[in-house]
Amino acid sequence: MTENPRRPIPGTPRHKKERIDALAASSAPEGGAATASGGGTTTALREAGRVAGGEGVSLWMSAWRRLRHDWVFLVGAAIVVLFVLLAIIAPFIAPHDPAGRVLIDQVHRQSNPVPGPQPGHPLGADYLGRDLLSRLMVGARQTLIVGVLATLGGLFGGMALGTLAGAFGGWVDSVVMRVVDVLLSIPSLLMAFSIAAMFRSPSQWTVILAIAIVQVPVFARLLRGSMLAQRHSDHVLAARALGVRKGTIVFRHMLPNAMGPVIVQATLVLATAIIDAAALSFLGLGNPDDRAPEWGQMLGNAQSYFDSHPHLAVYPALCIIVVALGFTLVGESLRESLDPKSRR
Amino acid sequence: MSRYIVRRLLQAVVTLFVLSVLLFAWLRSLPGGPVSALLGERSTPADRAALEAALGLDQPILVQYWRFLERASQGQFGVSTGVLPGRDALEIFLSRFPATIELSFFALTLAILLGVPLGYLAARRRGTFLDTGSVLFSLVGIAVPVFFLAFALKYVFAIQLGLLPPSGRQSVGINATHITGMYVLDGLMTREWDAAWDALRHLILPAVALSSIPFAVILRITRASVLEVLDEDYVRTAQSKGLRAPTIRGRHVLRNALIPVVTTIGLQTGALLAGAVLTERVFTFRGVGHALAYGFETRDYAVLQVLIMMAALVYILVNMVVDIAYAAIDPRVRVR
Repeated sequence: MTENPRRPIPGTPRHKKERIDALAASSAPEGGAATASGGGTTTALREAGRVAGGEGVSLWMSAWRRLRHDWVFLVGAAIVVLFVLLAIIAPFIAPHDPAGRVLIDQVHRQSNPVPGPQPGHPLGADYLGRDLLSRLMVGARQTLIVGVLATLGGLFGGMALGTLAGAFGGWVDSVVMRVVDVLLSIPSLLMAFSIAAMFRSPSQWTVILAIAIVQVPVFARLLRGSMLAQRHSDHVLAARALGVRKGTIVFRHMLPNAMGPVIVQATLVLATAIIDAAALSFLGLGNPDDRAPEWGQMLGNAQSYFDSHPHLAVYPALCIIVVALGFTLVGESLRESLDPKSRR
Repeated sequence: MSRYIVRRLLQAVVTLFVLSVLLFAWLRSLPGGPVSALLGERSTPADRAALEAALGLDQPILVQYWRFLERASQGQFGVSTGVLPGRDALEIFLSRFPATIELSFFALTLAILLGVPLGYLAARRRGTFLDTGSVLFSLVGIAVPVFFLAFALKYVFAIQLGLLPPSGRQSVGINATHITGMYVLDGLMTREWDAAWDALRHLILPAVALSSIPFAVILRITRASVLEVLDEDYVRTAQSKGLRAPTIRGRHVLRNALIPVVTTIGLQTGALLAGAVLTERVFTFRGVGHALAYGFETRDYAVLQVLIMMAALVYILVNMVVDIAYAAIDPRVRVR
């Protein structure tokens, strides 16, 4: 089966893979704007490079101009900035040590396993007598680490595969993309569970690895689509005509142009990575070491107390929901503003 | 059309082949290799040697793979060690499958019944409170961890308010006849109305929790697709021809806009399968997802192997059928 670059019906994403392709195509530089017509006189050539409509504005600049007034983006960005700030400073401003069992003497297995709110501990403590507020605050850091590392893992894995396929084409492309398509045809969360179950002793790293691997095919397809779209575009032709080496063309001319959709996808993946980490913890596939708290892990571990003390689960869940929403809002508004179709 | 079907079938075959290789590799890379994975931690050396010979682990890898395929095609996936120790893994899948079909069916129906009209209305009234509200609602729907939503629903409606049963598929006291394994259907078929009603009450909370993500996705795709179609020339043409608004909405807008929605619904079976693992566990709803959840927890690889394979198989088949149906509706798909 030879696969020619499919052109998705614009705006009607059907398959997971076609949705990815549509995203890849959305930021491909519009070719043809600067092509000189064949029998060009000097004036035609001089005019040819000029795009109508005043001075040129870079894709990112024009995207920023629209994003500045987009409340969806602003709300999302505010959440993300607050989250990252909290992740950085929380260990210094948290009132208690998140691993210290300060209220352990109030934990009574039978009568009252979870100490309630009290002076100095506004949210009370968890089932091991650790201050809940401090754990929530410090949890931001571990959550950010898991989200970012899993996304970066998926990104770099996908980048390697997608660049390989898109840059070489031919049979390399066929083989890589066939495997990628199969991976996309397995329900992604189920695949994350299966990968995490491969390790005898789960840890933070197996969680990150499981979530990252699931994202590899998505990024691979995205980058490959972008690369294919550019292979025959004018700026690559120009670079080739100038005698630029192939590697340089791929990394300096093609890859930077493919970054728009990749960044959009990465933002969205960050949100799902945080949610997926929680699901892994819930199934007992998460990091068992809870001295450095992570929201998904706190939520997963609170499951046996849900019926009696739901607040143990509600607080970390709210944190996850808000942060995931923040990243999704940023990703969606970025996607819209980078799409040439909505640019005008 | 027939050429398209053949091509799509071939694609599915290739996918299945790669999938079998992946599953084989997955089994081999398990801690301690496939033998201790399948027999569990407490296995005697005699058992290990017997299984090793049966699996042909001393043979070259290609022969091993061939044996694996042979056993898979005969339905020999080994014996459960954790979920239901001693039971045949394939048997567990078969006995659990109807429950998950029933649950997924209800969840998907709910998601479609809510998602499509809301998405359509949001697109028609673009920019209004209804539009912003439903888009925001769907974004939140994706951001909420499924199992947390399940716990929250269970806590509020089953434990605090006591309106619905908190777990299980049917009350213990009810002595219902089971034919298909789908309890609501069984109750309707045998005219045991109280049994059907009881099973339905047990289904409501898990189905609502499970439908959250498909609902959000269907809503957003419907909205985007209707917006796209509203802009089309043929809609303007229909309007300038003076067709009545309901005719345009039904025949021109909705009909064309629903095409991508149908495919999305097929794709959502994947989300349903993964979501069922989480939801069924929270509600102790004994379906495939419940078995998978405990399979992961107890590292019951014999059960996991068959359940994962079957889940992927169902997903691939559903999408193939959807694709072919889609090609029948929309001629543009065939030529690509």
